[in-house]
Amino acid sequence: MKFMMFVCTDTEPETDESLVPDIETWVAENDAAGRRVEGSVLGSPAAATTVRVRGGDLLVSDGPFAETKEVIVGFDILECADLDEAVEVARKHPMAYNGRLELRPFVDLAD
Amino acid sequence: MPDLGQAVADAGADSYPRIVAALIRITGDWTLAEDCAQEALTMALERWPQDGVPANPGGWLMTVARNRALDVLRRATVERRKLQELALLNEPVTREDEEGEEVVDDRLRLIFTCCHPALALEARVALTLRTVAGVPAADIASAFLVTESTMTRRLTRAKAKIATAGIPYRVPVGPALAERLPGVLAVLYLLFTRGYDADGEPAFAAEAIRLTRLLAELMPGEPEITGLLALCLLQHSRRAARRDDDGNLRTLDQQDRSLWDHAAIAEALALLPATTGPYALQARIAACHTTTPTDWPAVAVLYDQLFSLLPTPVVALNRAVAHGYAYEPAAGLRLLAEAGAGGALDGYPYAIAAEADLTARAGDTGRAVTLFEQAAAAAPAGPVRRALLTRAEELSRNEEP
Repeated sequence: MKFMMFVCTDTEPETDESLVPDIETWVAENDAAGRRVEGSVLGSPAAATTVRVRGGDLLVSDGPFAETKEVIVGFDILECADLDEAVEVARKHPMAYNGRLELRPFVDLAD
Repeated sequence: MPDLGQAVADAGADSYPRIVAALIRITGDWTLAEDCAQEALTMALERWPQDGVPANPGGWLMTVARNRALDVLRRATVERRKLQELALLNEPVTREDEEGEEVVDDRLRLIFTCCHPALALEARVALTLRTVAGVPAADIASAFLVTESTMTRRLTRAKAKIATAGIPYRVPVGPALAERLPGVLAVLYLLFTRGYDADGEPAFAAEAIRLTRLLAELMPGEPEITGLLALCLLQHSRRAARRDDDGNLRTLDQQDRSLWDHAAIAEALALLPATTGPYALQARIAACHTTTPTDWPAVAVLYDQLFSLLPTPVVALNRAVAHGYAYEPAAGLRLLAEAGAGGALDGYPYAIAAEADLTARAGDTGRAVTLFEQAAAAAPAGPVRRALLTRAEELSRNEEP
């Protein structure tokens, strides 16, 4: 099953930098195993643009700027057998230490 | 003729988790599995009085439940997945494991899945009671002081999350097992300590003991499991002695020890691990309280070890009390002041009562009376408050010459 892994900042990151794993190793390992389908760092919320259509009119605006200090800074799409495998992949990502990761399953509408 | 209701209850207690666990593995449908297990038990109550109790009650119940699941799925054979399930259901329920992994008891998969950390804690507790122990949702609801519809929604949401979040129906292996086991034990202990019946007694203590016993059987050689089992048995062994005829709480030293369940105590003492995990330590502390006089220096040492593993305010409080009894009240009061230094114990009636008790034993009766009264005011109305007020009254009576 596919998971969207949102890579987020956190207000209480790991304080011991020596524990934090290397991102290059993580990407290489999971790309080679076919568990990482796609992924990227994202621009900051300052670079975000909101699009809405209301009453047929296009509304484009700056933002949104979330009130929270935790923001999404990247994502990875994972292909894993189940949640436990996805958790094992996520726990080796440096942002599991320096931030937090949120795993959301893809919904298969054909199911 | 033996009591048939009892025969069904006995067979059901053993079979229910086996049936539910096997049907979930085959169909992936939690609600179907529970319904079919329940219907098999209902049918046993109808049939056994006429036909007699079958030679293999568990096998009879499993067959009836499986056939019931087949009936339900046959009516919905349009989907290909359902057809595959039908094929599986036609196989004998004894199992060959896929992928050549070690054959694991279905009930163990069920326990680990119900206790998965991706579920909310209260959902884990409710799901374990409902699915593994077969407790009706209405009974779980009343013990946790929520409406039945709230509890049913909670259970439905939890089952839906298992399916949508990709929570596997599996026992973790390797290092993951060691990481997940404490979470499972925490759910079982919560089951034991939380949830009260109308008399204010733990509602699911017996279920928690039964499930912990099952886990110990399925995962032999895990000292923390036997530690938890011993701890629960020891606490539960005092249930008949905990209150007087008026429902007032009795402290350990006031209890009539002949009312203790000595068979349970003997079982617990035989299980007692010598290890130093949190449940093993708590069981060893509880075991110290089964002898008169209590070996307080031993209790104090065990609390020191427990505090180094679990430095929580409540463990700190109990450690202070143990030191107060093992050495001198002043030693306990010193540790109690340290435990409460961060304000974590402010207004906690048991902390005030502990200070009152240690103060009384240190000889300052006037201050002890005031503290017991403060503790009573902080306690919820009921047996705990009454017990604290009684202590205050007794002390002030003794103080008057």
